[in-house]
Amino acid sequence: MTDQSTASGVTLHGIEKWFGSVAAVRSLDLEILSGELVVLLGPSGCGKTTVLRMIAGLEDPSQGDILIGDTRVNDIEPAQRDVAMVFQNYALYPHMTVQQNLGFGLKMRKVPRAELDAKVSNAAQVLELTELLARRPGQLSGGQRQRVALGRALVREPSVFLFDEPLSNLDARLRLEMRGEIAQLHRRLGTTMVYVTHDQVEAMTLGHRVAIMNEGVLQQYAPPLEVYQKPANLFVATFIGSPPINTVSGAVKSVGGRSVFEAPGLELELATPLASEPATLALRAEGLSLLENVHEVDFTADVVRLEPLGNEVLVYLDGPASESWVARVNPDHPCAVGDTIGVRLDRSRIHLFAGPNQKRIQTRLDAEDSLE
Amino acid sequence: MTVTVLGRVRAGKSLAWVLTFALAASMLVPFLWMLSTSLMDELEVFRFPPRLVPETLRWDNYAGAFTARPFGRYFLNSFVFATLIVLGQLFTAATAGYAFAKFEFKGRDKLFMLYLSTMMVPAVVVLIPRFLLIDTLGWIDTYAGLASTELVSVWGVFLMRQYFRTVPRELEDAARIDGAGPWRVFWTISLPLAKPAMATLGLFAFIDAWKNLLWPLVVTTSMSMRTVEVGIASFHGTFVFN
Repeated sequence: MTDQSTASGVTLHGIEKWFGSVAAVRSLDLEILSGELVVLLGPSGCGKTTVLRMIAGLEDPSQGDILIGDTRVNDIEPAQRDVAMVFQNYALYPHMTVQQNLGFGLKMRKVPRAELDAKVSNAAQVLELTELLARRPGQLSGGQRQRVALGRALVREPSVFLFDEPLSNLDARLRLEMRGEIAQLHRRLGTTMVYVTHDQVEAMTLGHRVAIMNEGVLQQYAPPLEVYQKPANLFVATFIGSPPINTVSGAVKSVGGRSVFEAPGLELELATPLASEPATLALRAEGLSLLENVHEVDFTADVVRLEPLGNEVLVYLDGPASESWVARVNPDHPCAVGDTIGVRLDRSRIHLFAGPNQKRIQTRLDAEDSLE
Repeated sequence: MTVTVLGRVRAGKSLAWVLTFALAASMLVPFLWMLSTSLMDELEVFRFPPRLVPETLRWDNYAGAFTARPFGRYFLNSFVFATLIVLGQLFTAATAGYAFAKFEFKGRDKLFMLYLSTMMVPAVVVLIPRFLLIDTLGWIDTYAGLASTELVSVWGVFLMRQYFRTVPRELEDAARIDGAGPWRVFWTISLPLAKPAMATLGLFAFIDAWKNLLWPLVVTTSMSMRTVEVGIASFHGTFVFN
């Protein structure tokens, strides 16, 4: 397969999609650069697949513009958009052989027979499908079907690849393998790719940028690390990360001219003065330090459960303010179930969210921090 | 204990075999009786007690029947009539069923229900209007007259619609992205997947057409346009009181 340089960017501007009175996508603006791999991530029903289908031309937006390259494609048929799509259930034509499946798109475009055969043969070689060309999809394993689906998109040499949860039907090992192959393909082809998933590991490992959606609304569009480290709102903070981020409901208050975050059994001084309002504090598991010395800690907690994962241990705690906290510690940490232990919160990793949309109001509570 | 259970199982199996043989005999005996009768002479047919095996095998009965009536022509007519209907019904049921299953258009489901409701109208009720229509078109005693009003089967449309609804949308989406237009998607992707339903519909349509007596009787007048069913009925009517 030859390397390609036909990548086009994708721009979504003011996209809305309504199904009757139900809004699937609201006021979406998204710019995907040429050659970029962008992951649309969100829970089921968040509108991510609808966005992908609108880019493909399988759904019409109720409002807004879709551009591929510089061309507005709203009124252009899927076949003319120069996109290829890999579907969740592979969508291989069951009555055709692997060879016919791979070549169908080229046949529809009336590519000369010799060229078609050469491209199919190349794709089959790249994806190790040569031995399977005469088989039908029903005679293939899940992983092989996924390869054929990838191959069908590859032979078309499109300017944009669209992936709709392509790995969700594979087992964990195959998923890991195919994820690596997709990343490798993207590195080699340099084609623009839009990848829909609800699996945050796929999103974090594959995407140059991740667009997180919820209830049809874009929550954050940023590189994976930024999404993890600086979640734009409480939804992103809780959706990203495993184990889920610790959250504590409380309020920012002004006490003697200082701003503090107060929750039952917890009081943290803020470096920056903030308006008094209800707020949520969030902190990932690695932001908790477990200390045997219970002095100079933020609170003490009881160890209720340990989850040893080999390279680390997740420690579940009963502490103040929240029903349960979880900390990530080294496997040689001496704590045991039933211990009462001191907990110190890493000020540099604390997030505060407030307002009707629970947006981030401050990322760090330490002395160097300032309001963002 | 075990012996009793085994005994019951064996008794149950034996009973099942007996019932199976009885049912098979009830199907086979009339058929064999018909074959046997076809090779008897007239007196032997009415002999009592009846004989299952003829005294003499009178193969010339068949030659006689084919000479008395143009059964070759009847078979041809039935074949043409049934084939036209199979082809017509497969085409109309597949296309209409596909449209009802896959296309979004205003009033689609209401139209389909209206369509289905015609199944409640007995065929006899529309016999005369159909005859008048065919007569007006000047198609009495022609293949066009025989087949034209039978080319659409509401049941067939229903069957195909239900089948096409099971074809995953993603397959058609994939074909659309691959560059196939609506007709190509139907013809190359959806229709080949509907082969089992098409085969079922074709089989039922053929059998129904072959067995159809009333409509061919009404719409044909000459001996050369009769179908087998009409021919046999008329043959029977001629010789039964002979």
